Formats: sequence, C-alpha cells, structure tokens
Amino acid sequence: MVPLSYYLVLSGILFACGVLGFLIKRNIITIFMSIELMLNGVNLSFVAFAARWHALSGQVFVFFVMVVAAAEAAVGLAIIIAVYRTRETLNVDQVNLLKL
Amino acid sequence: MLHLILFLFFGAICVAGAVNLLVQSHPINSALSLIVVMGSLAAEYLLLGAEFLAAVQVIVYAGAIMVLFVITIMLLNAGKEERSKGSRVATLLGVPGVLIGGVLVAWTLLHRSDMQSVPIGALWGDPKGIARLLFHDFLLPFEVTSVLILIAIMGAVVLASRPEAAARGARKDEG
Repeated sequence: MVPLSYYLVLSGILFACGVLGFLIKRNIITIFMSIELMLNGVNLSFVAFAARWHALSGQVFVFFVMVVAAAEAAVGLAIIIAVYRTRETLNVDQVNLLKL
Repeated sequence: MLHLILFLFFGAICVAGAVNLLVQSHPINSALSLIVVMGSLAAEYLLLGAEFLAAVQVIVYAGAIMVLFVITIMLLNAGKEERSKGSRVATLLGVPGVLIGGVLVAWTLLHRSDMQSVPIGALWGDPKGIARLLFHDFLLPFEVTSVLILIAIMGAVVLASRPEAAARGARKDEG
C-alpha cells in the first residue's frame, strides 16, 4: 500500500520540472519536451486518483490526454520545422518578429 | 512494503530523468532522459494496476512521440543551446518560484490530506473495461478525437512541407 499523496507529490514534482524547463530552456524543442513532461505529470495524478476510487473513467481521460498529446506533438514539431526553415535558429530569444 | 520500494525506485528514476532533462544543454540528451521518465512512468502505471495505460504509455509516448522528437532534432541538426540574458532572468526568478510552489504543494499533500492508500498490484484497469467505457460511454469524444488526429496529420503535412513544393503541387492541380 502506497499513500495516494506520494503519487500526487511525484506528479507535482514532474509538473514543476516541466514548468521549470519551460521557463529556463531556450531551445524550442526542449521547451516542447517540457510541455510533454507536464502532461505526463498530470497523467500520473489521473491514474492515481482512478486507482484510489476504482473509477476506470480516469484511465480513459489519460488515454484522451495521450491522443491529444500525440496530435499536439505532430503539429508542434511541424511548426518548429517551419520556424527553423524561415529563421534558421531554434533559440526562442531570436524568434521575436511576427513578420520577417 | 515491496510496493513502496518499487514506487520509490521508479519514482527516483523518474525524478532523476526529469532533472537531467533540465540540466542537459543538448536537446538529444534531454530527449533521451524524457524517454527514461516515460518508461519509469509506465512502471508506475503498472504498479497502480493500469496495465492498458502502461502499454499505451510505452508504445505511444516512449515510442511514437519521442521518435518524432528525436527525428526532428536530427533533421534540424540542433546543437547546444546558447544562454542569453532573458534566460538568466528566467532562471533567477523562475527556479525559486517553482521550488517554493512545489514545496508548498508537497507539504500540503503530505500533512493536510486524509486520503487513504492506493491499493496496488491489483491489475484492475484491463483493456476490456477500458474498451467498454471507450466505445460506449465515451463514444462521441472518441470519434471527435479521430477527427482531431486527421486534422493534425493534415496540418503537420501542410506546415512541414516546403512552400515551393506546395506551390508546385497547386500548379499541377490547376493544370
């Protein structure tokens, strides 16, 4: 038996790491990976609550989050490729103009 | 007791991978440590009895999504990230803020919650039950996500294709 709060703390740590990476990283791909890390942290708390109350719908929500994350990754990485093609940099500090 | 040890083991790997993602400066190292995080999260899901989700986590997240990331890093020839003034300000303000917030949340969860333990090792999240929910109660959201995936595929193709190639394709359609 593991207390539910341990799982929530682990999920909070993962989410905090994701937020931190989003703030301090300058590479656009790493920022995108930090977003995935945040989604994973949220998924863990969903699964922990689902296990606590024996509600399978919590796991279905995690499934939907994964589907949306997959779609988001495909579109986001395509946008990153388009940004790199026009600006030839991955540093977000240099991507500060709406129009070239 | 064994469950607690397994939870702490995989949780430690998870946190180590997440911290490694932050401290590495090359994106490929960050991507590989993110794969470690996702793999150990799959083990945590298995401990919580969500066997279907553990499999999906490994196949979709650690497999498909991370392969997309690694291929993009390879395609764009991403190098080490350079530090700039903006990132130093973000580090100075962001790290203490997130740490304080995280400690507050952890303290509240550990000391002020009266929630009981999670029964683990009981593999109750079988594919059969999930499929019954997914194709019965959640049928409409499921169909909507299939449309979402289709739109995402088309959007990815349009965004990632070269502008000249797209223009040539349009001309061919007209002619």
